[in-house]
Amino acid sequence: MDFLITPVIILGAIGLIAAVVLFACSKKFAVKEDPRLPLINEALPQANCGGCGFPGCSGFASACIKAAESGSLDGLNCSVGGPKAMGQIADILGLSVAASTPKVAVVRCNGSCANRPKIAKYDGLQTCRTVNSCGAGETACGFGCLGCGDCVAACKFDAIHINPETGLPEMDENKCVACGACVKACPRNIIELRPQGIKGRRVWVSCVNKEKGPAVLKACKVSCIACGACVKACKFDAITVENNVAYIDAEKCKLCRACEAVCPRDAIRDINFPKPVEKKKPGAEKPATPAKPAAENAPKETINTNSTSVDAKTETPKNDAVAEKPIELKKEA
Amino acid sequence: MKSFTFRIGGVHPDENKITAEIPTKEAELPKQAIFPLSQHIGAPAKPVVQKGDKVKVGTLLAEAGGFVSAPIFSSVSGTVAKIDASVDASGYRKPVIIINVEGDEWEEGIDRSDKLEKLSAHPELTPEEIVKRVRDNGIVGMGGACFPTAIKLTPPPTAKAECVIINGVECEPYITSDYRLMMEHPDEILVGVDLLMKAVKVDKGYIGIETNKPKAIELLEEKSKDYPHIQIVPLDKKYPQGGEKQLVDAVIRRQVPAPPAIPVNVGAVVQNVGTAFAVYQAVMKHKPLFERYVTVTGKKLTNPGNFLVRMGTPMSQLINACGGLPEGDNKILAGGPMMGKALPSIEVPIVKGTNSVTVLTDADAHRKEPSPCIRCAKCVSACPMGLEPYLLATLSAHQDWERDEQEDIVSCIECGSCQFTCPAHRPLLDNIRAGKQTVMGIIRERAAKAKAEAEAKKAAEEQKAAK
Repeated sequence: MDFLITPVIILGAIGLIAAVVLFACSKKFAVKEDPRLPLINEALPQANCGGCGFPGCSGFASACIKAAESGSLDGLNCSVGGPKAMGQIADILGLSVAASTPKVAVVRCNGSCANRPKIAKYDGLQTCRTVNSCGAGETACGFGCLGCGDCVAACKFDAIHINPETGLPEMDENKCVACGACVKACPRNIIELRPQGIKGRRVWVSCVNKEKGPAVLKACKVSCIACGACVKACKFDAITVENNVAYIDAEKCKLCRACEAVCPRDAIRDINFPKPVEKKKPGAEKPATPAKPAAENAPKETINTNSTSVDAKTETPKNDAVAEKPIELKKEA
Repeated sequence: MKSFTFRIGGVHPDENKITAEIPTKEAELPKQAIFPLSQHIGAPAKPVVQKGDKVKVGTLLAEAGGFVSAPIFSSVSGTVAKIDASVDASGYRKPVIIINVEGDEWEEGIDRSDKLEKLSAHPELTPEEIVKRVRDNGIVGMGGACFPTAIKLTPPPTAKAECVIINGVECEPYITSDYRLMMEHPDEILVGVDLLMKAVKVDKGYIGIETNKPKAIELLEEKSKDYPHIQIVPLDKKYPQGGEKQLVDAVIRRQVPAPPAIPVNVGAVVQNVGTAFAVYQAVMKHKPLFERYVTVTGKKLTNPGNFLVRMGTPMSQLINACGGLPEGDNKILAGGPMMGKALPSIEVPIVKGTNSVTVLTDADAHRKEPSPCIRCAKCVSACPMGLEPYLLATLSAHQDWERDEQEDIVSCIECGSCQFTCPAHRPLLDNIRAGKQTVMGIIRERAAKAKAEAEAKKAAEEQKAAK
C-alpha cells in the first residue's frame, strides 16, 4: 500500500494548495458585477437583434445600469421586449420609464408589378444593395422598392416576406418587433418605423419618390405627385409636403382618413380599418355649388382657369386617366 | 517587333473589333440636345444659361462647380428649352440642360480650319497657359473615367512627373473610336502629346499601342520621326492594359502603390489619345470639348460604324443611324462589354466619357447561371491588381467591411477580369463593387470625422491660447 500513499498525499497537497490559491485569487481579483445586471438580462428577450443600438442584450443591460446612475432611462428602449420589459427594468433599477409607443415597420412603396411597369431587365446579383449601386433598377422609379429582399434577409424575426404577386415586401405585424434591421438594410430608405396606432390602425403615404410630377406620373400609377390635396384635406396639420413627397406625421394624425379620400393617386394607404375609405367623387366634393360642371367636364375647367391648380386637384376624380391631365399640365406650365 | 505588357494578371477576351476599318462619319445633328451637368468626376457644373437663352456651338452652358469639376459647352446652336432632370446612364434622373437645335452656328473664336498648328510656332504657350486653356475648355479624361485633365496636369507638390504616357491601347473589345482617331488624326495627337509634355514640364513621352493595331503603330512611328522625344511603345494584347496603372507597368515597368497613390507618384502622367486630341483642339484651335469619337457597334447591327458625335445627342439617334435595334433581347451598353454600363433607356445622351455604344443581342445579352465556387483560383491569377476576388466577393456578401478594407478592396479597378474568367459564372464583380462603394463610404466618413475632430481641437487650443 505504501506505493499508493505517497502519490495520494502529493496530489492531495497540490490540490489543497491550488484550492487555496484559487480561493484567494477569486476573492482578490473578483470582477465586481452589478447585481442588477443578471436581473436585467433576465428581463430582456435575449434576441440579440441590435435594434436598441447596443451590441446585443447584455450591452443594452450595461447601458441601462450606466443610465440609471444619471437617474433616467431616457433614450433607451428595447422594442422587442416592449413596455413590459422596460417596465421590469425600471422596477429593478428603481426608476420610472416613460410609456413608449409601440412601433411597427411599414413599407412606403406600392409599386407592384401592375402599378409600376418594368422598362428593363436586370440579371446581375439579386440583392437590393447591388442593384441600387448599379443603377435605378428595372423600373423608371429611382426611389421605389427593388424587390430583391435585403429586408427579408435582415429580419431575425421572420416578420417580412416578399409577396410573389406584387414583388413587394409585406410585414407580418404580429411578428414585427420594430428592431429596425430592415430599415437599415434597405438601400433606398423605404421602410419606416411608425407607431402601431390604436387597434393597429395606421395611415401612411406609400411613396418616397422625390421627383417632380410629370416624371413620377410616368414611372408609377400610385406615386405621390406632391399635389398637396392631402395637406388641404387634413384638419390636424399632420401632413407636410417636402422634396415633392407628402409625409404624414403619425403623432398628429387622428386616423380620419380624409387625406386618403382625396388622394388622386391612391398613394395613401391604411391598414386594419374595418371599412374601406369612401373615395370622394368630384360631384360630391362641393354639393353647395351645383353650377359646377359634371364630373367629366371638371378637368377641362381646371385647364382653362389654370391658376387654381391645388384646388383643382382636390376636385379631380379618382379616375387616374382623367386625373393625370390637369396635373401634368400644371407642372409643364 | 519587341513588345511589353503588364506583369500581373489579365485576360484575353475576343476582340470583335468589327468597326476597325470603317472610316468615321459625322453624325447628324440631334433635334434636341441634352447636357447632363455631371459629365465628370467631381462636383456637378453650375448652369450659367437660362430658359429661352440663345446659344451657339461652343457657348458656355455651365461653369465648373468646384475645384474637381469641369465646365460644359454647348455642342449645338439653338434655344435653351429647359433646365430639368433626365435619366442618365445609371437610370437615375439627374439635372440636365436641354437645348432645342436650330441651325448650326458656331462661336466666332473657334478655328475650324484643318491647318496643323505646331507647338514650335507658338512660343507664347507657357505650361500655365496650356493648363489654363485645358481647364477653361472643359477637357476631361476621354477614356471613360472623365477626371478633369487640368488637375492631372498639375500634380501635387509631393510628386514629380517624369514622363507622359499616352493610352492608345484600347484593350476593351468592340471599341474602335481611339483607333480611328489615331488613324485619322495622328499629327494632331502628336502635337497634343507635345502640349501635355510641356504642361507637366517633362521631356519624355510614350504612346502605348497594342500590337493588334499594327497600322496605327506603323503610322504613328512614321509621323513621330519629327518628334524624337515621343516614343511609340508596342504592347502585347491583353485586357485591361488600358487601365492607367497597368499601362504604367507595361510602358515604364513601374508599379503604382495601392490607393491613395496615383500614377504620378511613380513619375507618370497618363492620358488617353482622345484627351491628347482634345487638348490640341482646345489649346491650338480654341475649341471647347463638345464633340467626340464614338463607336456604335454590335454583331447584329446592320450598319455599325464610327461617328464624330456632338455631345448631347441621344443614343437612340446613333443606333437608328446604324440600322436600328436588332430583333430579340438587346443589352445596350455605354462603353464596351467588359466595363460598359448597361442602359435602362436609349434616350440617354452621349457625354464626354461615352467612347462607344455597344449592342449585345440574344445570348450575348444574358448572363450565365451562377454555380458554386469550385476554388480554382482563376480569378486570383486574372486580377491585374493582385487581389483575391473570390475572397473580396464573399466578404462583401457577408458585409464584413473591416476585412474587406484589410484585403484592399479599394484597389479594385472594376475591370471585370475575375468575372470574365470565372468558370462558375459567379457574380464576383457585383459583390465587390457594392463592397468597394460601402468601404469607400466608411473611409470617407472616417476622414471627415477625423478632420472635424482635428478642427475642433485646433479651435479649442486657439481659444485657450487667446485667454
